[in-house]
Amino acid sequence: MSSFRLPSGGRLDRSKPLDFTFDGKPMQGLAGDTVASALLANGRQLVGRSFKYHRPRGILTAGAAEPNALLTIGDGGRTEPNTRATVAELYQGLIAKSQNRWPSIDFDLGAVNSLLAPFLGAGFYYKTFMWPAAFWEKVYEPIIRKAAGLGRATYEADPDSYEKCWAHCDLLVIGSGPAGLAAALTAGRAGARVILADEGFEFGGSLLSETAPIATQTPAELLSRTLAELESLPNVRLLTRTTVFGWYDGNVFGGIERVQKHVGTIDANRPMERLWRFAAKKAILASGAEERPMVFGGNDIPGVMMSGAMRSYLNRQAVAPGRQTVIFTNGASGYRTAADLEARGLDVAAIVDSRADAPKTWDGKARVISGGVVMDAKGGKALSGVTIAQAGTLEVIKADALAMSGGWSPIIHLACHRGARPAWSDAKSAFLAPEIQDGLSIAGSAAGLETLEACLADGAEKARRLVTDLGFANADRAFAAVADRTEPVKPLWFVRGSKGKAFVDYQNDVHVRDLVSAVGEGYGHVELAKRYTTNGMATDQGKLSNMNAIGILAEARKVSPAAVGTTTFRPFYTPLSFGALTGASKGRHFQPVRKSPLHDWAKKNGAIFVETGLWYRSSWFPKAGETTWRESVDREVLNVRKNAGICDVSTLGKIEIFGRDAAEFLNRVYCNAFLKLPVGKARYGLMLREDGVIYDDGTTSRLSENHFFMTTTTAYAAGVMNHLEFCAQALWPGLDVQFASSTDQWAQIAVAGPKSRAILQTIVDEDISDAAFPFLGAREVSLFGGRLSARLFRISFSGELAYELAVPAGYGEAVADAIMDAGAEHGICPYGVEALGVMRIEKGHVTHSEINGTVIPSDLGFAKMVSVTKPDFIGKAMLSREGMLDPDRLSLVGVKPVDPKTTFKTGAHILTEGATPTLQNDQGYVSSSCYSPNLGSTIGLALVRRGPQRYGEQVTVWNDLKNEYTKAVLCSPVFFDPENGKLHG
Amino acid sequence: MASLIACPHCGPRPKEEFTVRGDAGITRPEPDAGADAWHAYVYLRDNPRGRHREHWHHTSGCRRWLIVERDTVTHAIYSAVDAAATGETA
Amino acid sequence: MMAICFHGDPIMRYSAFSVFLNALRGNRTWQPAWRSPVPKTHYDVIIIGGGGHGLATAYYLAKEFGITNVAVLEKGYVGSGNVGRNTTIIRSNYLLEGNNPFYELSMKLWEGLEQDFNFNAMVSQRGVLNLYHSDAQRDAYTRRGNAMRLHGVDADLLDRNTVRQMLPFLDFDNARFPIQGALMQKRGGTVRHDAVAWGYARGADMRGVDIIQNCEVTGIRRENGRISGVETSQGFIGCGKLAMAAAGNSTTVADMVDMKLPIESHVLQAFVSEGLKPFIDNVVTFGAGHFYVSQSDKGGLVFGGDIDGYNSYAQRGNLATVEHVAEAGVAMIPALSRVRVLRSWGGIMDMSMDGSPIIDRTPIDNLYLNAGWCYGGFKATPASGFCYAHLIAKNEPHETGRAFRLDRFARGRMIDEKGVGAQPNLH
Repeated sequence: MSSFRLPSGGRLDRSKPLDFTFDGKPMQGLAGDTVASALLANGRQLVGRSFKYHRPRGILTAGAAEPNALLTIGDGGRTEPNTRATVAELYQGLIAKSQNRWPSIDFDLGAVNSLLAPFLGAGFYYKTFMWPAAFWEKVYEPIIRKAAGLGRATYEADPDSYEKCWAHCDLLVIGSGPAGLAAALTAGRAGARVILADEGFEFGGSLLSETAPIATQTPAELLSRTLAELESLPNVRLLTRTTVFGWYDGNVFGGIERVQKHVGTIDANRPMERLWRFAAKKAILASGAEERPMVFGGNDIPGVMMSGAMRSYLNRQAVAPGRQTVIFTNGASGYRTAADLEARGLDVAAIVDSRADAPKTWDGKARVISGGVVMDAKGGKALSGVTIAQAGTLEVIKADALAMSGGWSPIIHLACHRGARPAWSDAKSAFLAPEIQDGLSIAGSAAGLETLEACLADGAEKARRLVTDLGFANADRAFAAVADRTEPVKPLWFVRGSKGKAFVDYQNDVHVRDLVSAVGEGYGHVELAKRYTTNGMATDQGKLSNMNAIGILAEARKVSPAAVGTTTFRPFYTPLSFGALTGASKGRHFQPVRKSPLHDWAKKNGAIFVETGLWYRSSWFPKAGETTWRESVDREVLNVRKNAGICDVSTLGKIEIFGRDAAEFLNRVYCNAFLKLPVGKARYGLMLREDGVIYDDGTTSRLSENHFFMTTTTAYAAGVMNHLEFCAQALWPGLDVQFASSTDQWAQIAVAGPKSRAILQTIVDEDISDAAFPFLGAREVSLFGGRLSARLFRISFSGELAYELAVPAGYGEAVADAIMDAGAEHGICPYGVEALGVMRIEKGHVTHSEINGTVIPSDLGFAKMVSVTKPDFIGKAMLSREGMLDPDRLSLVGVKPVDPKTTFKTGAHILTEGATPTLQNDQGYVSSSCYSPNLGSTIGLALVRRGPQRYGEQVTVWNDLKNEYTKAVLCSPVFFDPENGKLHG
Repeated sequence: MASLIACPHCGPRPKEEFTVRGDAGITRPEPDAGADAWHAYVYLRDNPRGRHREHWHHTSGCRRWLIVERDTVTHAIYSAVDAAATGETA
Repeated sequence: MMAICFHGDPIMRYSAFSVFLNALRGNRTWQPAWRSPVPKTHYDVIIIGGGGHGLATAYYLAKEFGITNVAVLEKGYVGSGNVGRNTTIIRSNYLLEGNNPFYELSMKLWEGLEQDFNFNAMVSQRGVLNLYHSDAQRDAYTRRGNAMRLHGVDADLLDRNTVRQMLPFLDFDNARFPIQGALMQKRGGTVRHDAVAWGYARGADMRGVDIIQNCEVTGIRRENGRISGVETSQGFIGCGKLAMAAAGNSTTVADMVDMKLPIESHVLQAFVSEGLKPFIDNVVTFGAGHFYVSQSDKGGLVFGGDIDGYNSYAQRGNLATVEHVAEAGVAMIPALSRVRVLRSWGGIMDMSMDGSPIIDRTPIDNLYLNAGWCYGGFKATPASGFCYAHLIAKNEPHETGRAFRLDRFARGRMIDEKGVGAQPNLH
């Protein structure tokens, strides 16, 4: 048989052939195929290699639990390693490659590991590779790393986009098999807002691959009728290709919708995937059940397949599993598969039923071997036959396909994401989740039911109960109650006496002996066994392997599976892409951008911008001919000190504070006094944390009796606002004080330099002479002959005669232009934060380079600002602790090189001259530094032990990272104009 | 942690609109309460397993500080009230 | 065959030879890595918590101080706490005087650990890079790197081009916060976390320590102001000294003796991707968001971000935090976009009030405290055990852990690397 596709049947569009390649070989499938079904239809069984032994592997499942058929799909920036061929839909032009093999899937040198298997048992690597110690990184680990891993990820950036959204509903139904459909229909008819999400590309779950009639309808007829009604209900939202991956607190479920994973030509206007957060009042988990593999020798040979998967390929995609199939089962699933195979004229060699007392209802052609087991499967890259044991006799049967069913494990993953532990049911031989928790109900085979009819009834009844709870009166079940079939279940955790390796975790190559060894070595706890053997840690997270492993551990420990328990179910139900979780927040859009109202003004004046938190701030303004940033900054500094400059300081936090108790409030949040600040005055304020450490600084001005205007540093604007609100609302709700952040409402312009007054006076209507408007003045002014109101502050960070002018944000650029025009004759220049930084260091003014969350006022020479008369302020109590009074604390000093031609950098440490460089000898560090064009030398601020007592001391500024050791001298932090003559000019 | 918090002013809103500060069961001592009381206020926490009263700020909403009572094991939220409504006890 | 004998049975040393020999016997002759003893009625020292720190403490008590009448009481299974659920990073790139020598001691112990306890924990010194994106971050790393160098710790400040040559797949061209360089510690790296617990457990057990699993401490008995023993799910067990090593649950244990701690419990999530062929060789941390990543020897990318931020004893986190972590990951490495995340989990962190730990005596004479590791406890495991064992054995802090005092908050001697003050969720 060159093609395994049957000539008729299946949910395929035979008029739409799709071309694809597998390892470069052209193949053809049909619309309606998954990559797995298309490969099978093309006769391709061997599609993967296992992790450790590189065993040849075929397609085992038809769904999310697939451990073997992992392919790399796509190319370039769309390369997706480890894609499960069993869920990936085929599209025109799809490129699929096998993984973890070299040089090819059919001839893989890594398979030599199989010969070494005795030495590569569970945890072997913990016991060796220890000598010599240096060999781990150099020899052993590189070899192990190279061998490990599955697919290869691309380094190319993803060309596609992603998006996120929220959705709210009364009832979220997860899974659209019989239980889910019945639940959605019941709730939908009652008028509830329903979301039905299914991970597959078609609704229907098991209805898609089952054939036995339900009453008078085929499953397919029932499905199309139900779907048609659901589609007609406006209150029901239907989502296919949507995997609900996690259940989070507050009944929020995460879902990923694969919007364009199945198309060959990507629409750039649509997302590749969409992250849903479903906020559901109630939810029904109808995720179905996972069929358990049988654990026998060679159970991984290509051609061995789950029984239900074989039915699915046969009935959905019309793919024959082989010429001659053997069934190995311990329940009804094997018989259903045999019946479907025979119905399509395919040969079933035998049904091996491990139960001696199996119900004798089989009326097909195949021979039933009751109480038998498949002892070993034979073959290398393809199944050739099986050895069957029954009543002590062995029989070899030729077969190229084997369907196995070891019973069913309800898929309870999501139900256990919030801490619930599943409980073992002897009756069902399975772990079941708690039936209902916080509005989540479990229905259908996820709750342990078996027949389609029972699942329909269960979904309907559970939905009825939930929506009735929500107040939807008279909700009627869409399907009537019916009893489930209860066939005896006798789990067979593994076949004793197999010669070949019997795999439990296929992908990680964990076999029975590994688990038994783990118990013997003391790793018998289910979590330890997992961690020691890696069982359940593969990409399928143990969907197929965990239950068998628990059974084997139980037998090895001679306890019941209930005593072994499960490992913890954790998100994600199936793996999900970083892209989907990231949404649009990537590249330059990783975080929002904040731009000052003067951004465009700065831009047209040639500013170079720098990221400062979310802000872009103008850093310097190069002029033609300047080749380095230093040239520009030096010029700006010298010009401000000689003439004047204009600087955008709009990014500083600005808070309007109102209220009868505003002054009292400020008095409590600043460590210095504010109660008696006169109207029309600004004051520098120091805000502490409750632990006495400085939190932030800034100037606050009193504009009227009950109106203050606070500025904060750029970085702490939001934090200070939250802090003030906390103090006002939570600590002192009795105070009458209100806040409004006005950071974005004002464009704030610093005009500094000896000529700043003359320049500003040309646009300010009021007299701003020193007498009329002295240092620390703060008032509202009018500009341009009354055309605009503004706020003017006579404050200075540069140490020059300086003002800050605040105008409504929209006028910022025009006002800045006017100042530039007015200042032209005075030689005004724009300057950026670099020049501002130089001037503040020259003046010994601190920023968050010094206020780094560990300094207290006395460390920075602010001891006198700390009020001793105020009864209380934030941080007062903690300042008297012994460590805060330690004279050895790091305190602010200036530092300059002995030889002005030498330099040093911020972050260098200070050592006593001649001292050995050790941590014990560390005297402190340079917190800020710059080249001062006024002093003609590098200067710095430093935090040094007992700093202020050490002016004049020669030290080494030690920057071992740059091999830079500079002789320097400690000095006053005020390098420039210590008398503040310019400031008051 | 619950994904939604029912703000007394704004109704149920995504947790991401809020900022948590921490234990609301501590009371800021009188200025002269002494070193031990202040140390306990600033540094020591009950850290209970179960019900816990916390300060949450509706930062991207009404900008009110709330006292949210919440379970540290189940993450269920029992109540959320305006911090100012409880008087000068925080 | 090499064998040492401590409590009757010869214990097989692990080696390539022993792996070979056992393979010939069908791997049926390995012995349990540690015993499952019935608790004695009294021990010289009881350690509460069979995680990394507790087991390491027991190991060093036996090995360094000859104190072997020791029980480690674990409420779950060996290593079921944070030692088994972290992102496996080790480093000693600390800034402050109280921390830096301690973490460097830990690094030195890591470097000889596997030979010392005869268990391959895959200590892999593959280098840790902390990216910086601004002048201010560069300056902070300059200060930190020099502090490290002052203590003889390796540190290198790399510029953008050097980082680009090493890690060309980082976002250099389209980033919101362009990478300017990195602080690198070459000796930093990763360790197979579970193996650390198992190696210490086996090493302690070989020296006579009783490791008692499924033994939850439910009460602490005091007589005349001293601890006389603990009530457990396996009955009362007496002790001469009681040592807490129950990070995540420290305050729960301290509550049993009415002791309040400067600690809150918070949840930190961690993640692993599907297995990939070698993708990233080093440990890299993002400087413009919370994200750190390395690749395990099995192929999974192991990564994490910030704590969720609220008090929690539930070992699970919030979806929004998951999204933030992924966003930062893709911002740092755009190619991650199509890599799939396999699993997330949560651990409970002892968040202290200054972000640094506590190893100290307590107001109760024979009760010792090891707590407050925030989310840096894994890398500290060897030094924590070593210094704690010293404290318990000598009743005197080890020189290197001397700063981690319980009373440092009252004295105003906080060790605050981040400088964010007494708010645990900011550390």
